[in-house]
Amino acid sequence: MKQQELEKAKEYKYGFTTDIESIRAPKGLNEDIIKFISEIKKEPKWMLDWRLKAFSRLKNMKEPNWQKPKYPKINYQDLYYYSAPKSSNEKPKSLDDVDPKLIETYKKLGIPLKEQEKLAGVAVDAVFDSVSVATTFKDKLTEKGIIFCPISEAIQKHPELVKKYLGSVIPITDHYFATLNSAVFTDGSFVYIPKNVRCPMELSTYFRINASETGQFERTLIIADEGSYVSYLEGCTAPMRDENQLHAANVELIALDDAEIKYSTVQNWYPGDENGKGGIYNFVTKRGACRGKNSKISWTQVETGSAITWKYPSCILQGDNSVGEFYSIAITNNHQKADTGTKMIHLGKNTKSKIISKGISAGKADNTYRGLVDINKKALNSRNYTQCDSLLMGNKCGAHTIPYIKNKNSSSIVEHEATTSKINEEQLYYCNQRGLNQEEAVGLIVNGFCKEVLQQLPMEFAVEAQKLVGISLEGSVG
Amino acid sequence: MLEIKNLKASINNKTILKGLSLSIKPGELHAIMGPNGSGKSTLANVLSGKDGYNISGELNFKGESLKDVPVEKRAQKGIFLAFQYPLEIPGVNTNNFLKTSLNSLRKSKGEKELDSLAFLKLVKEKSSELGIDEKILSRQLNVGFSGGEKKKNEILQMKILDPNLSILDETDSGLDIDALKIIAKGVNSSRDSKKSFLVITHYQRLLDYIKPDFVHVLSDGKIIKTGCGELAEELEKTGYKKLN
Ligand SMILES: Nc1ncnc2c1ncn2[C@@H]1O[C@H](COP(=O)(O)OP(=O)(O)O)[C@@H](O)[C@H]1O
Ligand SMILES: [Mg+2]
Repeated sequence: MKQQELEKAKEYKYGFTTDIESIRAPKGLNEDIIKFISEIKKEPKWMLDWRLKAFSRLKNMKEPNWQKPKYPKINYQDLYYYSAPKSSNEKPKSLDDVDPKLIETYKKLGIPLKEQEKLAGVAVDAVFDSVSVATTFKDKLTEKGIIFCPISEAIQKHPELVKKYLGSVIPITDHYFATLNSAVFTDGSFVYIPKNVRCPMELSTYFRINASETGQFERTLIIADEGSYVSYLEGCTAPMRDENQLHAANVELIALDDAEIKYSTVQNWYPGDENGKGGIYNFVTKRGACRGKNSKISWTQVETGSAITWKYPSCILQGDNSVGEFYSIAITNNHQKADTGTKMIHLGKNTKSKIISKGISAGKADNTYRGLVDINKKALNSRNYTQCDSLLMGNKCGAHTIPYIKNKNSSSIVEHEATTSKINEEQLYYCNQRGLNQEEAVGLIVNGFCKEVLQQLPMEFAVEAQKLVGISLEGSVG
Repeated sequence: MLEIKNLKASINNKTILKGLSLSIKPGELHAIMGPNGSGKSTLANVLSGKDGYNISGELNFKGESLKDVPVEKRAQKGIFLAFQYPLEIPGVNTNNFLKTSLNSLRKSKGEKELDSLAFLKLVKEKSSELGIDEKILSRQLNVGFSGGEKKKNEILQMKILDPNLSILDETDSGLDIDALKIIAKGVNSSRDSKKSFLVITHYQRLLDYIKPDFVHVLSDGKIIKTGCGELAEELEKTGYKKLN
């Protein structure tokens, strides 16, 4: 038994639990719970009203069912919607006041909050269950007028920005999970980059689910004002549990004239065990608006974890000459299921979009690329290039490509390419003969397959992501 | 170096090697000749440890049995196989592949891994020594390579990985004379008292450039004749049929 657990822990090394006293709202989804969340976050009334509006709409909405992966019915009344370490109740003033257990947890996850301040050029916001527990490098960013803080803090300190932009890309009533998030979101990051400022370091949020039977409803809002630039990265992990846990996030990006946002995700939620027990349901809504002319939003995602992933990071290309990009690696192993892709909505003239998707399936997993390229009548001279490649390992997994294309004007061009290939025994044998073991060989072939996407990641994370790609597929051949 | 005793190998219920014995000492170069389908590639695969064969008999390398030693461990012990049909691996940069490979071998010997700079220097040195355009190394592994480029790439890998026992499986087949000379140069420049070679060939032509210590004739899974260099020339004149 012990040995088995050890083996398991090797497979998913972030599967530990932090034993920490927490404050929880009672189970269930109702107005009182929403009021509880709003109150504990010391929110102004407008925010509570906004949440309640979302909740009242939610009552008449149904969960979407068009996605390929099906899942057992979720009992929303049987979940906790708020859980926070007790020690974070009184918001720590500085990192020195943060509960050492939390600092230790992040250290184990490879995010040294303390050393980080001195070391890498990366500012981190650490979100533990329903609260942000620490944000590093605050002073340095403040000097430039950059706001990087938990969204709960932004609601109190920068209400004019939050009011103006929250829900402006993902409307409250967008779809079931987005609306659920709008009602009960707990924490996440807020970023504002002022005009003509180039953010001097990577901004990063690290999401950790710790408590059991708890949903995590993250809300992130990033605004790049005219002529500004920011690169943002999120990472995610959770303990190994037999139950399925829900993570339903909303992420909104807004790029004004000449601004650029680069948003990268390395998603490594617990995927469940090799028999498909447990794991995170990762139902996420991510959408960016290129609102200004010449603006650019680039999504890069490396999706290796979760039992089920549904997400379609999208770009609404409103400004003339704006650019949207989507680079994705989705890896599914064992019983994991991913249905992911993007939507590129071309509204402005001369808008460009590029989609590079690399899906890798192993074991009994299922991987679907689902994308929409919609070029509006007025989006003259627009272009899209889409490339979807699938790699299969073994005979029991599946890969599907579902591209929807709507080109409503004749001056625009849409190109689509798709390939499906298989890692075969002969390729592995060739590598083995040159001294590489099975894992190294798979890692090399798979990393070669997804190179175009890995190259998009910020340097600091590319190496980690490359390793993760290898680890996620360990034991899937031979 | 290599000791094969009464080796039998079958796959998919077909017996291909039917009791083969061969001994290669350090510094020796052995040539194996034989008609198509006689089991030459099977022998190379079995020596490298490829999966799927049913094997009996003895296989010793540097005095140790190779039984149950997996492919990569054999490579790490110093066995190299230049494939008859080198495989294409899309997306994998040839340089990166070679570097990963070299460093895996070095790691297994407890040697320090080479950094990119030192590796590139080594590659430059070896490719110019053989007269191989190193540009092929910046392409995807064997993808879109011509037949000759694939074979040259195998020999360049052999030079860089510097194995104790090199097995060349019809590396000469389908090559023009210039490419053939490059292959021969790769082998001849590596020969020394510690390294051994097993050169599988279908034609005598290669042996005009590479002088074997022994020539074996393989037919229907068995070595039916062994001789020195002259045997190859004799075969060229009389053909394999006469030997049976
Ligand atoms: N995997 C296999 N399954 C069945 N028969 C095989 C297999 N591999 C090789 N053979 C057969 O074994 C014989 C020897 O093959 P091979 O070793 O490739 O010969 P050579 O390299 O000397 O031309 C051939 O008749 C070939 O068809
Ligand atoms: Mg052959």
